[in-house]
Amino acid sequence: MQFFKEEPHFDFMGVRKIAITISILMVLASIGALATKGLSFGLDFTGGTLIEVGYSKDVDLPPIRAALEKAGFRDAVVQHFGTAQDVLVRIAPQEGQNASLLGDKVLKVLNGISGDHAKMRRQEFVGPQVGSELRDDGGLAMLIALGCILLYVMARFEYRFALGSIIALLHDVTITLGCFALFQWDFDLTVLAAVLAVIGYSLNDTIVVFDRIRENFRKLRRLPPTEVVNRSLNQTLSRTIMTSFTTMLVVVAMFLFGGQLIHSFALALMIGIFVGTYSSIYVASTLALAMNITSNSLVPVKKEGEGAEQKML
Amino acid sequence: MLNQYPTWKYLLILFTVLIGAIYALPNIYGSNPALQISATRTTTVDTRTEAQLGSLLKSKKIPFRSMRLGDDGLLIRFSNVEQQLKASDLVKKELGDNYTVALNLAPASPTWLTDIHALPMYLGLDLRGGLHFLMAVDTETVIRQAYERYSNDFRGLLRGKKIRYLAINQHGQTLKLKFRTAALRDQAKNAIRSQTHDLTLHDEDAEGAYLIIGRMTKKALHNLELHAVQQNVITLRNRVNELGVAEPVIQQQGDSHIVVQLPGIQDSARAKKILSATATLEFRLVDVDHTVASAQAGHVPPGSRLYRERNGRYVLLKKRVIITGDRITHASSGFDQNSGSPTVMISLDGAGARSMARTTKENLKKPMAVVFIEHKPITLMVDGKKVATTRKVEEVINVATIQGVFSSRFQITGLSSPKESQNLALLLRAGALAAPIRIVEERTIGPSLGQDNIDRGTRSVIIGMLMVVVFMGVWYRGFGMVANLALVMNLVLIVALLSLLQATLTMPGIAGIVLTVGMAVDANVLIFERIREELRLGNTPQSSIQAGYDKALSTIADANITTLIAAVVLYIFGTGPIKGFAITLSIGIVTSLFTAIMGTRAIINLIVGGRRIKKLSI
Repeated sequence: MQFFKEEPHFDFMGVRKIAITISILMVLASIGALATKGLSFGLDFTGGTLIEVGYSKDVDLPPIRAALEKAGFRDAVVQHFGTAQDVLVRIAPQEGQNASLLGDKVLKVLNGISGDHAKMRRQEFVGPQVGSELRDDGGLAMLIALGCILLYVMARFEYRFALGSIIALLHDVTITLGCFALFQWDFDLTVLAAVLAVIGYSLNDTIVVFDRIRENFRKLRRLPPTEVVNRSLNQTLSRTIMTSFTTMLVVVAMFLFGGQLIHSFALALMIGIFVGTYSSIYVASTLALAMNITSNSLVPVKKEGEGAEQKML
Repeated sequence: MLNQYPTWKYLLILFTVLIGAIYALPNIYGSNPALQISATRTTTVDTRTEAQLGSLLKSKKIPFRSMRLGDDGLLIRFSNVEQQLKASDLVKKELGDNYTVALNLAPASPTWLTDIHALPMYLGLDLRGGLHFLMAVDTETVIRQAYERYSNDFRGLLRGKKIRYLAINQHGQTLKLKFRTAALRDQAKNAIRSQTHDLTLHDEDAEGAYLIIGRMTKKALHNLELHAVQQNVITLRNRVNELGVAEPVIQQQGDSHIVVQLPGIQDSARAKKILSATATLEFRLVDVDHTVASAQAGHVPPGSRLYRERNGRYVLLKKRVIITGDRITHASSGFDQNSGSPTVMISLDGAGARSMARTTKENLKKPMAVVFIEHKPITLMVDGKKVATTRKVEEVINVATIQGVFSSRFQITGLSSPKESQNLALLLRAGALAAPIRIVEERTIGPSLGQDNIDRGTRSVIIGMLMVVVFMGVWYRGFGMVANLALVMNLVLIVALLSLLQATLTMPGIAGIVLTVGMAVDANVLIFERIREELRLGNTPQSSIQAGYDKALSTIADANITTLIAAVVLYIFGTGPIKGFAITLSIGIVTSLFTAIMGTRAIINLIVGGRRIKKLSI
């Protein structure tokens, strides 16, 4: 089965002004959401205590809240986690000497409710200092990953391509983060990992397109750059759709069957893959075009590299 | 001839896949929750222990799968964690302190696999359940103690050299030595220099006196912290061994943090108490020449100090310590034969025994006290900011009259419960921490959640993979099936590599595998689309295959290297579960390159290579 019997002829670059406008609006909206609402950082980054318990039958939350309040946990957040039998209690970082013993106390309270023995499933305590360290390290990791990738792309391609792909990356990351800020989804360590995976994935897509653009510039020297880019995008279109589709398939499987713990992780990947696919078609190449790439501005590809690779097979 | 591999290449691929399959195999057998019982120095585990425990478990109706006596003790396997935990409590009670009873996850694979070190993947805490702690070493206290030690040493030094000083004080992180004349100061400085170079010494003339301001050098501070953290790691390891954990992780992280992971352990309260306790003992003589009342009124004699007993009463003790906790070589809990109250039996090393013998001989019929010292975490307000630190709590747990001369073995009483005597014995055995520690992060995963996570993870891998397989088969038909074969090969290789490396598999790690499954077909998609393009251009099937693989190669390499960069950065900067994700993602990228390029090419070459073919199933 195939998408297109012949090579398709969509005029991607013809609508590039509209696409870029949409992108700019999306990025601005994301930055706006990040600035006004901010990310709803999870326990990993804020510090605090979290207890997940499982009851043998469905439980109502109000009595739990009341019991916790009575025991002195006024600002505890109580919610169902996955099923009506599982309850998650979250407590902001507390002053006092034995923050790490808090979880045991909460567990005692939860055990006393409705005569049903609560099974401890998960209990986490993160000190506020550790939380902020993790946050800083996470941001640093993201920047370093971007930097390393920029260097690699610059070595392999021309700087205009490198810049184009990095801006496309920032575009993807910003919009993914923006969604998390807008809907106030929990942003924890696993989401951070997903964002870094998105960086890798989105670039993967962009590079495939750029590779083809470079190849076509060498082959079709007489065509105007816009036409070369357009052809390259069309030639790689089936592949772009296919790969995004198969990756999306597994991520959706993860989202549906992977359980609550990797829910946000899968969600971030879903957004990232969607935006990444879009940006590798519209954003990255448009940017490269806007910076005036022509067949002459390309760094010639080393021939001996290709020969060596052939022998390897 | 186009599209043919030399025989050695087929063999290499076949060999790799075969080895991969063998090392992935143990994961199909899985593992059983088990108890590992090993002996300490004074005891042995033999067939008698085996029979004893067998009848014990049978009498309490706890079913077990098997019991095997091996080189490293007795291994009892159970069907589930619940039985394992129940049995663990029972066995510990039965055997007492002289055996180590550790929770374990024992591979259930046949012996020929374990013989070639083919083990199942090492599961992270989120998959097998257990405790994770991140502890911060209170280096502030260590530094303060170092300055205290210096001021004591210098007092002794100057007194010994008959250099008169006005005062030696400690102000925050500085040491202040006061002298009446500049000459005395210079003498003192020379004396100190001959002793240590860990302090920088500055002269200062103030308060109508001649001062030396001493500060520890950066290097000395660093060494001090390093030593404290390393010492703590060793002590924590001893304590964890006492707790009974089969595969604990105790590692330094950063400058002043320690990670402790205890798979299988569920009792977080007890683990916390044992791990973070900085309890030690001191033995001191009671000052019988002065009364407590006058001391309480403010007249504390210079050689003595006022202490509090458990019941709140005061007692006056001599400042000189007979022995401290680090002279203790062995401690075990038990009950006093006469009173039946909980006791701790203590054995001392040579120097401790000599000191104890001398003291008891000289002080027969006089009272001696046991001081229990513990560092408790507290929060202080410093400059309007909350600072977590520790406070030293000293308590006299027992005052008893010396009834006879004793040296290396004796017992202490005065403990409030058997639980307390057990914990104290454990702490004394494991040694004291060099610096107080605070728990700054804690994660406990219950066994049921661990199993749930495994089930969910496996389910999402299988479902995701099935969907991709069906899709690829429909889309690329024959070639799609080849890609599917490569995908299965890829999964086998990932599992095999993870098992071989014994890298920790976590829930995000499983997510990494799922993601790899989705992205691994990308290389094949790239190649197949290229082949279709070549066919469209009117090339022959054989040359289209050749060109498709060749042209797609550099693209595939570029695309995967960038993802690999992201994965490596993630590994370097990530902690815990994130590292797990990075590991599986990196391994997945590497193996997928092998299977998607070489693997599929080999199969396609075998099928169509060297033949006259009119049409490809693509």
